[in-house]
Amino acid sequence: MRRMLMAAALALSASAAMAQTSQIRIGLQDDIGTLDPARSVQFVDRIVFASLCNSLVDITPDLKIVPMLATSWTTSADGKTLTFKLRQGVKFQDGEPFNAAAVKANIDRAMTLPTSNRKSELASIDHVDAIDANTVAFVLKQPDAALLATLSDRAGMMLSPKTFADAAGVATHPVCSGPYKFVQRVQNDRVVLEKFDGYWDAAKYPIQRITFLPIPDATVRLANLRSGSLDMLERVAPSDVNAVKGDANLKLVSTPGLGYYYVTFNINNGSRGNAALRDKRVREAFDLSIDRDAINQVIGAGIFPPANQPLPKSSPYFDAALPAPHRDVAKAKALLKAAGHEHVDVEFTYPNNTVASQIVQMLQAMVGEAGFNLKLRPTDYAAQLNAAHSGDFQAMYLGWSGRVDPDCNLHQFNTCAGNLNYGKYCNAEVDKLLDAARVKLTVADRKAQYDAAAKVLADEDPNVYIYIQPWPYVLSNKVQGFTPYPDGLIRLRGVSIKG
Amino acid sequence: MLRIIANRLLVAVPTLILVSMLIFGLQKLLPGDPVMAMAGEDQDPQLIASLRAKYHLDEPVPTQYVLWVKDVLHGNLGVSLRTDVPVTSLIEQKLPVTIQLAVMGMIFAIGIGIPAGVISAASRGGPLDYGANILALSGMSIPNFWLGIMLIFLVSVRWHLLPSSGYVSPSEDFWLSIKTMLMPAFVLGAALGAQLMRHTRSAMLSVLRTDYIRTARAKGLLRATVVVKHGFRNALIPIVTVLALLFGELLAGAVLTEQVFTIPGFGKLIVDAVFNRDYAVVQGVVLVTALSFIVVNLFADVLYIVLNPRMRRS
Amino acid sequence: MATPASPVRSPSSGAAGAVGAAAAGAADTLPRRKRRGLTKFMRNRAAVFGAVLVLLVVVMAVFAPWLSHYDPVQASFLTVRQAPSAAHWFGTDELGRDVFARLLYGARASLLAGVVSVCIAVVIGLPLGLLAGYFGGLVDGVISRVADALLSIPFLILAIALAAFLGPNLTNAMAAIGISAMPRFVRLTRGQALAVKAEEYVEGARAIGLGHARIIVRYILPNVLPPIIVQASLTIATAIIAEASLSFLGLGQLPPAPSWGSMLNTAKDFVSQAPWMSVFPGVAIFLAVLGFNLLGDGLRDALDPRES
Repeated sequence: MRRMLMAAALALSASAAMAQTSQIRIGLQDDIGTLDPARSVQFVDRIVFASLCNSLVDITPDLKIVPMLATSWTTSADGKTLTFKLRQGVKFQDGEPFNAAAVKANIDRAMTLPTSNRKSELASIDHVDAIDANTVAFVLKQPDAALLATLSDRAGMMLSPKTFADAAGVATHPVCSGPYKFVQRVQNDRVVLEKFDGYWDAAKYPIQRITFLPIPDATVRLANLRSGSLDMLERVAPSDVNAVKGDANLKLVSTPGLGYYYVTFNINNGSRGNAALRDKRVREAFDLSIDRDAINQVIGAGIFPPANQPLPKSSPYFDAALPAPHRDVAKAKALLKAAGHEHVDVEFTYPNNTVASQIVQMLQAMVGEAGFNLKLRPTDYAAQLNAAHSGDFQAMYLGWSGRVDPDCNLHQFNTCAGNLNYGKYCNAEVDKLLDAARVKLTVADRKAQYDAAAKVLADEDPNVYIYIQPWPYVLSNKVQGFTPYPDGLIRLRGVSIKG
Repeated sequence: MLRIIANRLLVAVPTLILVSMLIFGLQKLLPGDPVMAMAGEDQDPQLIASLRAKYHLDEPVPTQYVLWVKDVLHGNLGVSLRTDVPVTSLIEQKLPVTIQLAVMGMIFAIGIGIPAGVISAASRGGPLDYGANILALSGMSIPNFWLGIMLIFLVSVRWHLLPSSGYVSPSEDFWLSIKTMLMPAFVLGAALGAQLMRHTRSAMLSVLRTDYIRTARAKGLLRATVVVKHGFRNALIPIVTVLALLFGELLAGAVLTEQVFTIPGFGKLIVDAVFNRDYAVVQGVVLVTALSFIVVNLFADVLYIVLNPRMRRS
Repeated sequence: MATPASPVRSPSSGAAGAVGAAAAGAADTLPRRKRRGLTKFMRNRAAVFGAVLVLLVVVMAVFAPWLSHYDPVQASFLTVRQAPSAAHWFGTDELGRDVFARLLYGARASLLAGVVSVCIAVVIGLPLGLLAGYFGGLVDGVISRVADALLSIPFLILAIALAAFLGPNLTNAMAAIGISAMPRFVRLTRGQALAVKAEEYVEGARAIGLGHARIIVRYILPNVLPPIIVQASLTIATAIIAEASLSFLGLGQLPPAPSWGSMLNTAKDFVSQAPWMSVFPGVAIFLAVLGFNLLGDGLRDALDPRES
């Protein structure tokens, strides 16, 4: 009798252990937009995609391109054909096979869908050929060095083509080929993903279930983590960093990202610009009156690394020759005087969130010492975009979340026709250099172009870079094996959760 | 009575039309192109152009209005510009959340307000009345988002008694759902309870002063019986109509409460939509809100007529 | 009792009776009524307390530069987030600014928001209500429908939409709140105007040939004013909370200018590290609003001849 009871007890506990699904709850800073990679515009969407979908290629923490759905690739001698060999035996989450035809269908869709946000990213592609079931060739209009990196992101994500027929369904019930499949989405509340057992690398993903919870208020997000309602959160507020460091139950894991925060000047966008700011000496004076280390200490809690260029140190294209940013109020005043000003009044536009607000007010104090009187003009996100496009600003503080390839951090911001060049800075030489860097094929060649451009840009200062945006995560001690990536995406390969 | 209802309904129609025009017009005047906000940080010009075409944003405003009205009459409230989710399904998802918050808030309000009002009226002029009045005024004067922040700090962060944010559906886990809603519902109900207490008190007072109550007292009925049986029942009429009025305050209070406690309800939907310039959502949600207002007020009018025998005969 | 036949709708229902009695005694008892009202007010301790609170807020706002030597806007990064002490009575905020100083200067924004919004609401709503109540017919129909339409959108939501449309700053927030509060005054004035219009002496005035404008100004307006004053005081309280709410949401007075609501918006991100940033602005809002509520209540009791 006793042996039977013991056996029963053992069986019960064993089944209970098996029945306990390992799940992780992740707190996000913003509510998720659309779950269709072709239409997605927000950063947090990409965090979900990192678990839901696979792209053709992926990146390592030091920004090297590695295989994902493609196992190898070659570029033709003239740089106009990029051929991929695809991984075999991969299935989509609805059971459909992944093959070259699927790749072609996805790229075609991303390029032709009227509301696709990937068109400019894929602008260099002329057409895609499915050579055989596992080989696909991208035929380009001109060489595009950034394409490979772009295909590691949303543009290269592969959805099951069978779902394309239902246009609305793609966003509300996405079917990809990633380690986790879509279960449920409650708008403003959460997205739930569950392990896809048919994934080609399923063994490396111990966690069974992911719940993404958007909680915009950083304090509430951290409070939820502390109380156990979350296991992990992204972008902890810098003011909470010291508290987290002192908490034995929490881990702070931070890495500098690919993006940056900067000040852009309205040099030539309409008539509302500030005449004084058209003089590059005035812009340089502004740059020299900023103490980025102080910003990092006081507001950033040490996690806002100062920036002097739009590339992170982890990038192979980072120009170490540029001087480190430093503050020199005397020189700034001298420059202003040389340009013919004692004081300059500047209307300063910025997004009214907590961190930006603090930084801008600190900037106001700092540049004030050199002679700049900043009149602060806070706006909300939509109004800021409008002001930026229409040139309704004099100086503006904003951010860019950053991309793997340097072209994406530089080209659209500094070329005459660049659509993110809100200040309408225009220098033909910079255009030539940045255009050339796009079509060169080796790192060395491209770096030469970027370094030359960096010299010109550092001299003309159309944008003043403040800090490289970090990705600070806070994890509960239960979470093991997490590695942060500079692109800020949460990759759960090898991540497990205790208990 | 049927005539009164028909009359009210007739009056409601032009009001609704006016509301729709008001909200539509207001949205169009909002600075900041919604399409730009939809295009995110990449600001792809091709995407912006195709979005404008898709949502008819380049056509004159009256045309857009007519197109929208036609859709609404077919039950199509449009699609969220930000997430591609139809507005009707957004409302379906979020309305129950706010309703749960509102109901729990009302329970707090009624549970605190009405007994306090009755006691206060019964002990008129005494210290209990005075104290209750001060408490009620305090409840009305505290900004509810501040109360929320303070409560989160004490109850969740310091004492770890209740969760500080989010929402759990009652079908998922009933008691956790109640627990999560407890603080927000209290915050919402506190201000309302205060107002309700004052209205109950004044309604009870005017009833208690009437002749037939005095007759009941003269007949020797116990004070409590008089207060509860006769006084309260007749005070119910204005109280019920006030509840209908408070429905509006409830919705407004829900906006702030949902913001503070990150509850994915109706109120948060509309605030986020205004900030994202998500036209379709704002229009749809405000229209639905106005409609429900009108319905609730109609219901209150009818209830008043039904409950008040004097009105019924006229 | 000359009450209109609609059910209890507004908080100042008792004032309807006040109008009736007041209208009856309008001609000759004005000075005596005023004196009686004042005595009644002074005897009401709660009302006096309310008046004192309001006075306190006014003093804070007007004499801010003398009451604190700190600059409410200048950031000081060496004294960030310090707890209350002898040097900083209410502590410092996330940019090192003295919270007490910001509280004092913030009183200006709140007071201004309250008073100006209500002025806007009254200046628009009062004439409209008078016209609607006095002339009736089509005029009444149009005005009432517009007021109803505005009233069927919850007050705060309308204020949010308007403030977002106008842009986030204090002036626009005041305009938004004023426009949102206006329909209540239209309704109230219209109701009182209807009641007074039915009085015999008004008919008599028409009979002897007095013009519309004359009648409105001489007879209707004075009887409408008392409940309007009561409602105005109560609405100032609502407007102060509305301004704080809008600033809290990021639609009113934006930083660095001090406003109790925007102080709370920033403070909520620092609740664990610096709770004093949240406590004091909230208490300030509470006391200001309580003051106006008590004042309004006291005015209502003082001006209501029924409660003797």
